[in-house]
Amino acid sequence: MSATSGTAAAEQEQTGAARGPDGVEPPVLEVRDLEVSFPGGRGNAGVTAVRGVSYEVRRGEILGIVGESGSGKSVSSLAAIGLLPDYAQVKGSIRLHGEELLGLDDRTMARKRGHAISMVFQDPLSGLTPVYTVGDQVAEAVRVHNPQISRAAAHKRAVELLTLVGIPDAERRQRSFPHEFSGGMRQRVMIAIAIANDPDVIICDEPTTALDVTIQAQILEVLKAAQRETGAAIVMITHDLGVVAGLVDRVQVMYAGRLVETGTVDDVYYRTRMPYTMGLLGSVPRLDQDEKSPLIPIKGNPPSLTDMPPGCPFAPRCPIAVEACDAGEPPLEQVGGEGHRAACIRAGEIESNSWTAHDVYPVSEIAHDPVSQVPREDRGTVLRVEGLAKHHPLMRGALFKRRVGTVYAVDGLSFDIREGETLGLVGESGCGKSSTLMEILSLDKPQQGTVEVLGKESGRLSNRERFDVRRDVQVVFQDPMSSLDPRMRVFEIIAEPLRTHGYAKDRIRSRVLELMELVGLDGSAVTRSPAEFSGGQRQRIGIARALALEPKLLVLDEPVSALDVSIQAGVINLLEELKARLGLSYLFVAHDLSVVRHIADRVAVMYLGKIVEIGDVQSIYRRPTHPYTKALLSAIPLPDPEKERRREHIVLQGDLPNPADPPSGCRFRTRCQKFAVLSEDDRSACREREPELRHRVEGAADQAAACHYADTEGSR
Amino acid sequence: MSLSAEREATTSEAAAEISGRWSSLAKELLATRRVVIGLAIILGLIAMAWIGPMLSPWGFDERDFTAFRSPPTADHWFGTGNTGRDVFHMTMVGLQKSILIGLCAALFTTVIAALVGAFAGYYLGFTDRALMWVTDLFLVLPQFLILAILYPVLRDQGWLVFVLLLACLMWMVTAKMVRGMTISLKEREYVLAARYMGVSHGRIILRHILPNMSSLLIVDATINVSSAIILETALSYFGFGIQPPDVTLGSLIAEGSRQALAFPWTFWFCTGLLIVLVLAVNLVGDGLRDALDPHSKSRT
Ligand code: SF4
Ligand code: SF4
Repeated sequence: MSATSGTAAAEQEQTGAARGPDGVEPPVLEVRDLEVSFPGGRGNAGVTAVRGVSYEVRRGEILGIVGESGSGKSVSSLAAIGLLPDYAQVKGSIRLHGEELLGLDDRTMARKRGHAISMVFQDPLSGLTPVYTVGDQVAEAVRVHNPQISRAAAHKRAVELLTLVGIPDAERRQRSFPHEFSGGMRQRVMIAIAIANDPDVIICDEPTTALDVTIQAQILEVLKAAQRETGAAIVMITHDLGVVAGLVDRVQVMYAGRLVETGTVDDVYYRTRMPYTMGLLGSVPRLDQDEKSPLIPIKGNPPSLTDMPPGCPFAPRCPIAVEACDAGEPPLEQVGGEGHRAACIRAGEIESNSWTAHDVYPVSEIAHDPVSQVPREDRGTVLRVEGLAKHHPLMRGALFKRRVGTVYAVDGLSFDIREGETLGLVGESGCGKSSTLMEILSLDKPQQGTVEVLGKESGRLSNRERFDVRRDVQVVFQDPMSSLDPRMRVFEIIAEPLRTHGYAKDRIRSRVLELMELVGLDGSAVTRSPAEFSGGQRQRIGIARALALEPKLLVLDEPVSALDVSIQAGVINLLEELKARLGLSYLFVAHDLSVVRHIADRVAVMYLGKIVEIGDVQSIYRRPTHPYTKALLSAIPLPDPEKERRREHIVLQGDLPNPADPPSGCRFRTRCQKFAVLSEDDRSACREREPELRHRVEGAADQAAACHYADTEGSR
Repeated sequence: MSLSAEREATTSEAAAEISGRWSSLAKELLATRRVVIGLAIILGLIAMAWIGPMLSPWGFDERDFTAFRSPPTADHWFGTGNTGRDVFHMTMVGLQKSILIGLCAALFTTVIAALVGAFAGYYLGFTDRALMWVTDLFLVLPQFLILAILYPVLRDQGWLVFVLLLACLMWMVTAKMVRGMTISLKEREYVLAARYMGVSHGRIILRHILPNMSSLLIVDATINVSSAIILETALSYFGFGIQPPDVTLGSLIAEGSRQALAFPWTFWFCTGLLIVLVLAVNLVGDGLRDALDPHSKSRT
């Protein structure tokens, strides 16, 4: 840690400042001046991933640690639980109930682990052994630390725990194997194991990142319940500012291996004093904002940990950096309210001028698209999908394959996209949105229904015509790692579509440079290979490639979900700007409803291969009528602690049903919160008749829902 | 503003990490002792095979009527054979052929395997079934029986035909492996992207799929070199291989083995060279596999 905060005075200050409401109780877990470095090997330089991090949590307290990838947030907690690989060098001190954990040997540490301190990981599958039943694994966790418990008692306790974390019919389900569980269920099992021994601290490392929003809402509920049950302190590590807003008591923001701002949730969210935190908050698209304002992108990338700038690590990206920032790393100092500290030399100024994110970050307005003034009916149709269906046969048997069922991946989908319009297609994983994309992009004849691109029907085109249509429809994929051929130079990648469509050599050169410029990359970088770029830059290259042929329709398959929030904002702004400048239409597929609200004009919500609600963004977000849309919207945590605390979440029950065996009638009825409160008579309609997608609300012309009992009253 | 947002951010951070795939690979390879030793031996053998005959005072067909079956002397470094021909010269010529055959056969094998595997894996469906049926057929047919049947036709066709024949006996396993890789690669988003921009299937296979398994193919080709040399030796030993007047290490061993005890120099020199050659090639192949296979990387 830097010299200033290392002094005794600062030390005292820190402890004093962080004292909880009940004052005297000592912290359960206390981490001080933690430093973790990984020595370099063969050709790569050593990396200091964590550079002086201090925190403490008390009983019953929830601490949020927020940061982007590479900020050291996970490493610091892995260090606390002693799970770092042997070659990592850890300095500082980690105390559990005042007892030093650093330097303990593996055996002692293993005893502590799970007993006093336990961990929930992002990927629940890696934490479970595939060959044992979940019940056995939970019982095992119980017995490891209490060997005197009998086998039967341990099993009884396991069932209790599984019930506690909300596994329905735990008595029976405990005999299942991990692979028979869905991701959300597995995460519940992991939580059950984590709380099996009444730990004092539970460290959760991005516990909901891999899950869908409705499942995330369930898991957060479970975590809250688990905390109530055990009274443990929870350290919640995440990149999602929404998740922590309503859940935690205190937040710590990490950047480049250090804490840059810490304080109570309200202080950090409403009285932000550090430009990085401001940027982070401003770069999240908001579900609760009506008018579109451009997001705040933080330019550049996090510094490489091998080659840290001497001053404030954020200085190269900070819009209000001054010369003094480069002089030395600013210490984490008290600003404003008790316990609120920020590592920025201009924090005082920010406070006295009460600057907000929009003052600190200059953001230009995005030009408005002239096409959007024209009423929708008068614009040309770019894409029309009519009754599209895609059914996969479900095969069983190794030697003689026989068909045992049908997966209804996409089942009767109809929508259209007009010129200059963005349609957001949202839904949880498994709802068929990706299958829909692939069906549209293949330009083959669909199994059922029609797909019409720019007035040309797929499957009725000659090869030549099809090739020509390809020009007008291009795609940007989710994963910037795998969407660019690692063997090719950037120039080759962007030139490929041009070559394929027969551009002249010199034309290709100038066009590639033009495209690089268009997506905000340096033209001289075209000779590099994709691996040399960061995720956000690679996504820009993907966009440049997609734009090469001047398409009319761009299909975006979760284009930002693999990026860090601050980078994501830049890409979203770029997409908006390109759309306005080039008059593009987008089909934007995403699971993140806040991103969709920000970028889309119209939204279609999918559930199990069907659209359950479609309409313009304003109507759907202000007044969702389908119970599923409501639940989805309600499940998304807002990065606003005040609102988050006041909100009533609708937590959907259970998982997505098996798409090979969808429920009769309305497919959503097994999880529908409305169905649950209907009278038995009313329910029969849901069970027997499939609700069709049609206008249900007076006054909202462009909104249709597929629900017999769609909400027609105004409020959310 | 967003357009220029990342302009300056083309950092050098990644550049240090990946300084060109091939150059870092080369560095890694040269740091592996096995590869260096193997390569050195192979280069030495190649130099010996081509330069050796020029240094030798005797010609290939020349007979020394003063020395039949003479043990190694200053005149005949490896001794002489039954008819007074210089064993050193013959061995070097045989070594040349063996190396050539090994390299060409491995090349053909890899090309056949890559094409068959990639097309089967890419198109699946009928193409796949047909190609895999052929592959399986080749796998189950008894090779020596086929050779015995084909032998009368092939015996006078020269060594290139023989090389093709070797390749036909060896490509199947690699083809199956390539097919598996192709099936996984074709789901990659960059392949999809190419497809959706209208790139033809053949081009996708050649430009995206095969280059992305090049490391596998290189390793496999290296290993095939040694298998081809051994297979050639075995066939020549049984008389199905290279026909006189051409010689290879295999035919020399076959000839020498009959009198290995009485006149060991006619047998041991060619056998020794064969073993050294195959070992060296395997060393390189192993090293390559370790360097290219991400799973075998261990942090030290
Ligand atoms: S110290 Fe300077 S560079 Fe760092 S955040 Fe504050 S103003 Fe920006
Ligand atoms: S039709 Fe019935 S079950 Fe389906 S969403 Fe509406 S209320 Fe729920």
